[in-house]
Amino acid sequence: MSAILTVCRKEILDNSRDRRTLLTATLLGPLLGPIFFVFIFNVSISRATSSADEQIDVPIIGAEYAGNLVAFLASRGIGASEGHGLGSIDEAVRAVRNGDQEVVVFVDDSFGEDLASEAGAHVTLVYDESDTASGRRVGRVRGSVGAYSQQIGTLRLLARGLDPSVVRPLIIDNFDVSTAEERSSLILGMLTYFLLFATLMGGLHLATDTTAGERERKSLEPLLATPVSRSSLILGKMGATTAYMLLSLALTLACFAIAIPYMSIDDLGMSTSFDPVTALTAFLVLLPFAPLGAALMTTVACFTKSYKEAQSYLGFVILVPTLPLILASILNVRPSLALMAVPSLSQHLLITNLIRAEPLEASMLAVSVATTLLLGLLLAYAAVRLYGRERILG
Amino acid sequence: MIEVNSLSKVFGDVPALSDVSFRARDGVITGLLGPNGAGKSTCLRILSSVLRPSHGTASVGGIDVSGDPLAVRRIIGTLPHGAGLYPHLTAVENIRYFGLLCGVDRATLSKRIDRLVQRLDLGDVADRKAGGFSQGERTKVALARALVHEPPHLLLDEPTNGLDVMAVRQLRKWLQELARDGHCILISSHVMQEISALADDLVIIAHGRVAAKGTPEELADRFGNWDLEEIFVSAVGGEPS
Repeated sequence: MSAILTVCRKEILDNSRDRRTLLTATLLGPLLGPIFFVFIFNVSISRATSSADEQIDVPIIGAEYAGNLVAFLASRGIGASEGHGLGSIDEAVRAVRNGDQEVVVFVDDSFGEDLASEAGAHVTLVYDESDTASGRRVGRVRGSVGAYSQQIGTLRLLARGLDPSVVRPLIIDNFDVSTAEERSSLILGMLTYFLLFATLMGGLHLATDTTAGERERKSLEPLLATPVSRSSLILGKMGATTAYMLLSLALTLACFAIAIPYMSIDDLGMSTSFDPVTALTAFLVLLPFAPLGAALMTTVACFTKSYKEAQSYLGFVILVPTLPLILASILNVRPSLALMAVPSLSQHLLITNLIRAEPLEASMLAVSVATTLLLGLLLAYAAVRLYGRERILG
Repeated sequence: MIEVNSLSKVFGDVPALSDVSFRARDGVITGLLGPNGAGKSTCLRILSSVLRPSHGTASVGGIDVSGDPLAVRRIIGTLPHGAGLYPHLTAVENIRYFGLLCGVDRATLSKRIDRLVQRLDLGDVADRKAGGFSQGERTKVALARALVHEPPHLLLDEPTNGLDVMAVRQLRKWLQELARDGHCILISSHVMQEISALADDLVIIAHGRVAAKGTPEELADRFGNWDLEEIFVSAVGGEPS
């Protein structure tokens, strides 16, 4: 045990003097994550809020044939832009394709007559479905034109002495059950991704340096000739890797705890709880993930023949724990006891819960900790076996 | 005392050592001499229990290297090819790490390191990081590291590699002192001059086999030549045509 600690302490000291370790463990993960995150967050928030009730101007070709429609749109914050110089659908198509316009409304010159004769008047919307940035504005224009159409229909039915509800057999009531915390957690769900990434980055260099790097520096042979079992040596090294991963995680959480209050979450009417207690709880939830990641990276590094080879493999390996997160966000899974058996996914779900200010279930937490540590133990065993091979000397 | 009996080592299909037997006595320097790739390093690695023998046995201080490798490692000091120091650690930190791994307690360790630093004349570099050391400084620190737990046996793999004449002479002096103190020293080399000035016993290996062994005098008698280089060339089977 004292030998494991000796190795661990030495690797911590040794790597504290290595610029690459310090860069990846204390700067790259902890700072880059929160900065990137705050940036993305603010961009998506400003998009979401700006689209909701902001005044927009849309070119309306043939506005002169549909004065009432234009007035109706204007009352809903959609103004007819002036001087767009568009005169036909072809020109409108070109303008939208070029990106000069996001959406163009085209009113037929027979609009007034068709409306009066109740023949069905045509309004054409020209837009680009693949342009996701304009999606909300197009939706607003389409919704408003639809609302105008319904208003006229209602008036016509009333004029004929009919109850408008005759043609509306179904009434859809939208009832959004998401709480403010839940809405913000959609975006904050990305947080776990950055936390896991920073944790792995913190140990990436150590996992390589203490194994493949040691062999390349030729210090492995004298080390193996000391009266310390190889399992103690590799366990000490994994311990040091874990320590740096936890350092990186702690710094990242601290950065997030500082950065999140500055994010404009209130603009969305959302609240989010990321106080020091949440950060500390998140640290404890992610704690078992560090030895797992250390064992995973050390196993891979022990398997390779050189520092470079180890680095290139590990570039892929650190993506593996993020795969369950991507799947989870696509499938929008809810926490369940079975999913807690998947390391990285379980931490993701638990931390998302934490951010939603929902209570953590003890059973889920227990399964998450147990399975993560178990897989970590299996991988550590694999690392011990690989380190025990004669071929480790190269 | 180091004893090697019919030792063989095969890497995959490639034999590195075949049926090698020799003895290294306490209090003398035994030279393991051979051309590059003869199997010297493999032999030393088996003795330091880093590699396992394929056949045959080897023992250090009466302990079988396969039977109880940890016990063997407690009584050997190794200086492998290329020293292998940690560049971010200072000379003293490098030495202390190995002392701790060998189970030397901290109080004793500090005293020993002070003594070694003095004896190996490492005062100037003791607290500098090893990354900037010259080859000579590296070898000295590596030697101090090998001696820190006061092992009775020393396994040195080409220790004079890259050293200048003065450093070689100094190293030779230390090794002779250590031998006088009763250490069993096994030193590998492909440089004849160095071995002739150092070794009391010689083991010449070539192609993984022992080609000749004995004191320099015995070998000279057998090969009818006092020049070690000539003995070496005859022993390994003549010059390549």
